[in-house]
Amino acid sequence: MTMLKTPPAARVGGGARLARRAFVVREMGILLALALLIGITAATNPRFLGAQSVKDLLLGSTILAILAVGQAIVIITRNVDLSVGSVLGLSAFATGSLFVAAPGLPIPLVILIGTVLGAACGAINGGLIAAARVPALVVTLGTLYVFRGVDYMWATSRQINAADMPPGFLGMGTATVLGVPVLTLFAVAVLLVVGYYLRSYRSGRELYAIGSDPAAARLLGIPVGRRVFAAFVASGALAGLAGVLYAARFGTLDANAGTGLELNVVAAVVVGGVAIFGGSGSVYGAALGAVLLTTIGAALPTLGVNPFWQRAAVGALILAAIGLDRALAARLGRSLRGRNTHV
Amino acid sequence: MATPLLALSGVSKSFGAVAALRDVRLELYSGEAHALVGENGAGKSTLVKILAGVHAPDQGTLTLDGRPVTLGNPADARAAGIAVIYQEPTLFPDLSVAENIFMGRQPLRSLRRIASAEMRARAIELCERLGVPLDPDRPARGLSIADQQIVEIAKALSLDARVLVMDEPTAALSGVEVERLFTVARSLRDSGTAVLFISHRFDEVFALCQRVTVMRDGRWVSTDPAADLSVDEVVRRMVGREVTSLFPKEPATVGEPRLEVRGLTRHGSFADVSFTVRGGEIVALAGLVGAGRSEVSRAIFGVDPYDAGQVCVDGKRLPRGDTAAAIEAGLALVPEDRRQQGLVMELSVERNATLPRRWALTRMGLLFGGAERRAAGTWAERLQVKAARLSDAVSTLSGGNQQKVVLAKWLATHPRVLIVDEPTRGIDVGTKSEVHRLLSRLAGDGVAVLMVSSELPEVLGMADRVLVMHEGRLAADIPRDRADEESVMLAATGQGGRS
Repeated sequence: MTMLKTPPAARVGGGARLARRAFVVREMGILLALALLIGITAATNPRFLGAQSVKDLLLGSTILAILAVGQAIVIITRNVDLSVGSVLGLSAFATGSLFVAAPGLPIPLVILIGTVLGAACGAINGGLIAAARVPALVVTLGTLYVFRGVDYMWATSRQINAADMPPGFLGMGTATVLGVPVLTLFAVAVLLVVGYYLRSYRSGRELYAIGSDPAAARLLGIPVGRRVFAAFVASGALAGLAGVLYAARFGTLDANAGTGLELNVVAAVVVGGVAIFGGSGSVYGAALGAVLLTTIGAALPTLGVNPFWQRAAVGALILAAIGLDRALAARLGRSLRGRNTHV
Repeated sequence: MATPLLALSGVSKSFGAVAALRDVRLELYSGEAHALVGENGAGKSTLVKILAGVHAPDQGTLTLDGRPVTLGNPADARAAGIAVIYQEPTLFPDLSVAENIFMGRQPLRSLRRIASAEMRARAIELCERLGVPLDPDRPARGLSIADQQIVEIAKALSLDARVLVMDEPTAALSGVEVERLFTVARSLRDSGTAVLFISHRFDEVFALCQRVTVMRDGRWVSTDPAADLSVDEVVRRMVGREVTSLFPKEPATVGEPRLEVRGLTRHGSFADVSFTVRGGEIVALAGLVGAGRSEVSRAIFGVDPYDAGQVCVDGKRLPRGDTAAAIEAGLALVPEDRRQQGLVMELSVERNATLPRRWALTRMGLLFGGAERRAAGTWAERLQVKAARLSDAVSTLSGGNQQKVVLAKWLATHPRVLIVDEPTRGIDVGTKSEVHRLLSRLAGDGVAVLMVSSELPEVLGMADRVLVMHEGRLAADIPRDRADEESVMLAATGQGGRS
């Protein structure tokens, strides 16, 4: 029988180009939206691009971006972590309490303690999901209230003020390097480390595999339970870190810190192009999504838009992002199917 | 003979109250291809999953090189050198072809990072060794089933496995692709790999294997050299009774044209496809995988749109891309990929069986469980669906029984035109002839049947006429008396002229 073989060179690379283009289009789409938003706002009100305003914007994005990176890790495995807002609150209050109790504590140690506290919360989430085989949505919805409840009990309507914290720590919240806030540098470092890990390490790729098809991942011998557990620990640890940074930035803490943040985080991740059913997307996209959402929050009042419409705008953005993803997926699917017959 | 490379003895496995395997033995030797045959539900897939480390046996021992081993999970099995190609491809749709091949075993460079360039190069090399230059960077999503199977095989190849288990790898492949797979399997076998090959196609079993083990109802029946066996003998052992005919197409009176397709074209898939199927006729649509057969059947049924041409049922033109109108006009489609397209796996047998007809079963817009159960029960009985309870999820049934549920679902709509796409793919002999008898009886009742099939014996046995597609076009229209393996294969490979 004769075989009709297309020369390899003609076909190899086409799919990659296609896939890469989809990726680039996705991330470029957010950047474009961001540029457009900033351009229009700056044209209306030039002070929007002032040094202080940009710094505020970056600082505002930082905490959301760190949470979005953690959330993206979890969503990539086809799970979700709704407890991040509560973990952040718990960690922030713990940070304040630590300084109240022992003002002389070195700052790196406090950051570490906050992160470990968050990781412990994440371990509770991951452990419950693995042990009880209950969907993450339900478990983390439960721990959202549990962690917040613990926070309330601990705080007992106390408030910790900036005066209770060492100036060095608060200074970290406002310090800049070449105009870029130190906290933002933290977020960028976290982003780069996690992004590189997910791309270049076996266990990182396995997170994508689990989200793409959990049953196939099990057949392949990937330790699904352990990887998902680790994803929740990572998300918790990043929420813990975000809590410490929150304390440094705002100084004033009560039991309500970070309430309702979880939905913003999920929104940022989805807007950033991470598929809600797992398996695809990047933490870079998620972080960009966080920056875009924060910028909208800052730009709309500058443009004189009624605060009511801000929420609607965020909603519209989520729908637009999902629509864009569907359209891209459909186009990619069509063109991939078309280039498929080789005999 | 020497010690077996891999041996199972006295292996039993139960799932709840159901005994899937009872006291099964199997010995695989280095450099030998061993066939495992048996009807659906005979326990072959369970045996495969034990070898793959997915299930642990309740009883019995497994020895590798004469030493007892325990395969606690799939990673253990892989470390022991056992590679498994499953019946249904198990790929990650979002990941690239190269990543799918090497997932969990990616080549590493310094600091345990993945060596992407090396992984890519090795993926290209593997695909070329298989004769299919797949792009290593494209995502697995959208690959045809044949190409997905190629990726599975590349995955097994990359392991340098000592034992290669193939669970019906050819079910979705065309002749050329099967030949390619066999070339690879033979070269592995000859270099010392033990091959376990599971198939329902006896020509393939005898072409590849030196030894044949037959299983029935979870028990070992026999192991013999292939040379001492005939197909009839194997079939007799599998079913425990004589099977009179595999393809019992009975002559039927051919009536009026039921389905007329004219100039049907979809750019990039098929072009200018015209044919007529009359009531009482079974027309086979043959061709290699990728020739556009499934695409044509999907376009006729309205699942996919088409760019030009028309489809008429009983002289009335169907609107294009409108499945509801097609069902209304009396069309039914039994799709190729029954797990993805034919069934809602999580729903119960009865829910699935009554899905397309749920409006007819409603009273005042409400669906009553009783009516559903009765309707499903009737068809399950007629098709002899083997399910513990009709309220069980379809995903718990064996492949053959799932296919029966898909058939039940559409037959209950009393179709005038039935399109079946690979109706017996991955189905055991007994069920196969039941499906064939059913199609034949439907044609006898005046239904026009269009059957897409890659199995030549089935095409030749069942069809009144054979339409052959080649690269998206109809290459031949061969009447029953002139259709043989040669004329169909020539047309399918583009060698034959239009007759």
